Amino acid sequence: MSTQDFPSRRDDPASRKLGTLSYLPAPSREQVTSQVEYILARGWTCAIEHVEPARAGHTYWYMWKLPMFGERDPEPVMEELDRCHQAHPGDHVRLIGYDRRRQTQGLAFVVYRGDPA
Amino acid sequence: MMLPTDTAKAFDAGVKDYALTYWDPSYQPKDTDLLACFKVVAQQGVPREEAAAAVAAESSTGTWTTVWTDLLTDLEHYKGRAYRIEPVPGDEQAFYAFVAYPLDLFEEGSVVNVLTSLVGNVFGFKAIRSLRLEDVRFPLVFVLTCGGPPNGITVERDRMDKYGRPLLGATIKPKLGLSAKNYGRAVYEVLRGGNDFTKDDENVNSQPFMRWRDRFEFVAEAVKSAQAETGERKGHYLNVTAGTVEDMFERAEFAKHLEMPIIMHDFLTAGFTANTSLANWCRRNGMLLHIHRAMHAVLDRNPYHGIHFRVLTKALRLSGGDHLHSGTVVGKLEGDRQATLGWIDLMREPFIREDRGRGLFFDQDFGHMPGLFPVASGGIHVWHIPALVSIFGDDSVLQFGGGTLGHPWGNAAGATANRVAVEACVQARNEGRAVEAEARAILTGAAKASPELAIAMDTWKEVRFEYDVVDKLATT
Repeated sequence: MSTQDFPSRRDDPASRKLGTLSYLPAPSREQVTSQVEYILARGWTCAIEHVEPARAGHTYWYMWKLPMFGERDPEPVMEELDRCHQAHPGDHVRLIGYDRRRQTQGLAFVVYRGDPA
Repeated sequence: MMLPTDTAKAFDAGVKDYALTYWDPSYQPKDTDLLACFKVVAQQGVPREEAAAAVAAESSTGTWTTVWTDLLTDLEHYKGRAYRIEPVPGDEQAFYAFVAYPLDLFEEGSVVNVLTSLVGNVFGFKAIRSLRLEDVRFPLVFVLTCGGPPNGITVERDRMDKYGRPLLGATIKPKLGLSAKNYGRAVYEVLRGGNDFTKDDENVNSQPFMRWRDRFEFVAEAVKSAQAETGERKGHYLNVTAGTVEDMFERAEFAKHLEMPIIMHDFLTAGFTANTSLANWCRRNGMLLHIHRAMHAVLDRNPYHGIHFRVLTKALRLSGGDHLHSGTVVGKLEGDRQATLGWIDLMREPFIREDRGRGLFFDQDFGHMPGLFPVASGGIHVWHIPALVSIFGDDSVLQFGGGTLGHPWGNAAGATANRVAVEACVQARNEGRAVEAEARAILTGAAKASPELAIAMDTWKEVRFEYDVVDKLATT
């Protein structure tokens, strides 16, 4: 039985992982929409953040505008994700589902990578 | 002025029926009472009411004979009362005895004191053939005198920056015999492959083949390297369990000095006093605390004797811990599904309703006390992940030892396989798919983009652990 080398290096930006869902292939627009719908169906609030890849490990990324309080429709969320990505094409962009009752993020995942994955 | 009748009682030496004093079916438990449910098998010829009363007496104020000093206190205020008996469904010999204890019987913040009464001498009492403490309702006024989990689920998620999925752990194997440097290698490989945590085996303390200080130093380097490489936050449960509390604290302090995020403790073998002190230290020092449960099966597996795990779970949540092993339902270790769902609720939820279908005999209110992560560990592998995600949900740690390190390409590939499988299940669940029913399709789909997952699925496709559960819930 042949074994395989594990292709991960500190000097390769593609080896950086970015939390939940980052071990799966980059999500399609349809897949992202499904996750937005999941967030909204739980009554959570969508929010968008972005950051330079070199600063990805920091807790506080830049907020893209304010969290989208009261927004129950996935389409405007998808549009804001696109706007954030267009304004900062070299940044990681993540979507957050804020669960205000439990004071946590019910979901957070990177929608656009700012470096080659 | 009329005196209360009992102050007029004279001392009457001798042995009385317990039921005269300790059986009170008209008693209405108070919100402040500590309630207990025992499963009792009485000796032949002992009436159930008398046996229940004997349990109440021997676990509270009573002794085998009347003593004159009973009359110096107000036993009506201090005594435990058996207030209900119920048949055990499908069981001719055993019955449930419900006992209410007044709050004043217990020292604030001390689960040690509660256990010393409830599972003390009474378990050796001759009139009882066998005894099992099935459940305890800790009154909220007592709960809030305890420290509880040092951090809790929400804080741990923020600290470790992990959201919307179960966390992934792995116990390093072989469990004994690796040198510190080789051990650190195994840790590094698992963490760079995609795990959030690795774990010291509970047997690893500070043996001659690997002293604790050497292990801590090599593991710290492994954790930091894996963090730099993956960009994700990582931890290794450094086991600080030791022969003395002084050694335990020395190890905890060194883990903090190395800037490690989490340590580990075995709460039953080390004892609740040590555990509570360590939890307090963790709270003061911003350290996460993983709790192992060696010895639990000695106490909780026999359906007629001991302490049910749901009681040990509640006691640990009060004593303090951020993770606790819960069983897996699907792996190599014992655990009924409904009963497991019952005690994982006891770990995580603020308020848990009585639910006999899950073996919960009382409502339990934890107030604002944080919840802790159940840890599913023991003989699980990638094929179990869809069921585990369904059973445990996001607020859990799924822990694969052999199921990570046994991967044909090594630890890193094994970790990647598990991480891909977990994320594929989470993604599918969020899309509204039935993860358990569609397990094969979801994993096969994810394996198309992950050769690590494909080979893991092939390696473990035949492994099952299908034995009868020994401790089943008694149901009608």
